[in-house]
Amino acid sequence: MQCQQCGQSEAVVHLTQIMDNDVTTMHLCEACAAEKGIESGAALPQGAVGDFLATMGKGLGAGLPGMADAPHATCSTCGMTTQELRDLGRLGCADCYQAFEDPLRQLLRRLHGSTTHVGERYRPPGAEVEPPMAQAAELREQLRVAIETENFELAAELRDRLRGVE
Amino acid sequence: MIDLSLLSDGGMPWLDASGRASHLVLSTRVRLARNLRGRIFGLRNSPKEREAVLTEVLAATRDTPQLAGAMLIRLDQLERSDRELLHERHLVSRELAGLEGGGDVRAGAALLVQNRVGVMLNEEDHLRIQGLHSGLALEAAYAEVDTLDSELGQRLAFAFHPQFGYLTSCPTNVGTGLRASVLIHLPGLVLTKEITKVLQGLSQVGLTFRGLYGEGSEVVGNFFQLSNQTTLAKSEVDLLDHLGKMVRQIIEYEEKARQILLRDAPTVIEDKVWRAYGLLRHARSMPVEEAMNLLSGVRLGVGLGLISDVSMYALNKLLVYAQPAHIAAHDAGGPELSRSEINIKRASYIRQSLTSGHDKTP
Repeated sequence: MQCQQCGQSEAVVHLTQIMDNDVTTMHLCEACAAEKGIESGAALPQGAVGDFLATMGKGLGAGLPGMADAPHATCSTCGMTTQELRDLGRLGCADCYQAFEDPLRQLLRRLHGSTTHVGERYRPPGAEVEPPMAQAAELREQLRVAIETENFELAAELRDRLRGVE
Repeated sequence: MIDLSLLSDGGMPWLDASGRASHLVLSTRVRLARNLRGRIFGLRNSPKEREAVLTEVLAATRDTPQLAGAMLIRLDQLERSDRELLHERHLVSRELAGLEGGGDVRAGAALLVQNRVGVMLNEEDHLRIQGLHSGLALEAAYAEVDTLDSELGQRLAFAFHPQFGYLTSCPTNVGTGLRASVLIHLPGLVLTKEITKVLQGLSQVGLTFRGLYGEGSEVVGNFFQLSNQTTLAKSEVDLLDHLGKMVRQIIEYEEKARQILLRDAPTVIEDKVWRAYGLLRHARSMPVEEAMNLLSGVRLGVGLGLISDVSMYALNKLLVYAQPAHIAAHDAGGPELSRSEINIKRASYIRQSLTSGHDKTP
């Protein structure tokens, strides 16, 4: 089957989207799928996180959308730099998740298949209970990402949780 | 020297082989990685900050039912031999015990332990809440750490992100922070050479394996630690269910492999089992790797009903008490003993254990 986008390469990614109860399926080649920010399982590199981080911006990293030109960043809380993160393979503090958010999202997608936590929600002591509206908005956003990335198992779980909240 | 007799069952209630499928599964471990909000993570903080983490967590655990009577072990105040003992008992990671590379233990490295639960403090994450159970007991082990996690989470503010979940030092732990592992004995699959296929299959379903002593350790004695590879995008219950299903399937494969071995090569298997038992009961020098492999043979013999006068409890104990630091700890020569002297002591200890009551500790 040819890619519906470029009409040249063979389609290897079959993206099914559900919008307002309409189901549409797109057949894309690896390159066109990557352009849309969708990765096929076949393209996922294997290996330990240290190896992966060590190659960020080098061979493997350069092949990832947005990684080759990943700007140098420094965490303002702990001083961790992109280079140190590559070398150490560990984050320095909670704020590093914000400082290196873009490359991290890519990394998490490769390591875990997604970037969205669906396990227990934690409320720190003294925190106000999140209003249902805010919870629903967050879940809707997570659901949108899950559908976009064809993570239908997760999408089903999120949909159920959304119903519960609504 | 540290007195681990103060801990109930020496900190190893999982040794008693009372759990489900304990002829194959030694233990189930579930751990949750947690960090305190607003504090630098464990690989980048200063000794002073690590001390502050310790103070904050200890204050929170004092009125936590599961840890109110916990024993606090400051690893940073222990000799290397004592830290090795704790590691051999599966109570602390190699990293926390400072046994990696040059052997430096980080300031503030500590363990809180009470019955089947414990907390490693100042590892790469501030807290590693862990539970260890006998046999296959994923739900029970998780229920226990989950209760403790909730209790501590009400007293401490953990680092949590609405999208990424619990924030951890290593991106491989982020999300649930949950790593569940099942220590399982698979000699049948190794002998029938099916193990490679099984292990390759694991990585395709989001699981991974390690050796007897966890991360970075080699597989010895046909013991494999099977655990979840991913921690994000699945709920805690789903992660545990998935691992449980796979482990039950592997148990089935192992049982089948054993039946095939007994059917197609009974003499070879019997010889292997009895040869292992004979060597352990009579050898005068026993290196640790050889002991682990022979104990695997005897364990297989007990599982197949070929050997009836050795209990799984005795074999589980030997797995730990025949390790180098344990053999050295119970000798006046202690850490001064040479490797060959330790091998002689080990052979002697194993002979005694297997001939007199089967449940002696050195």
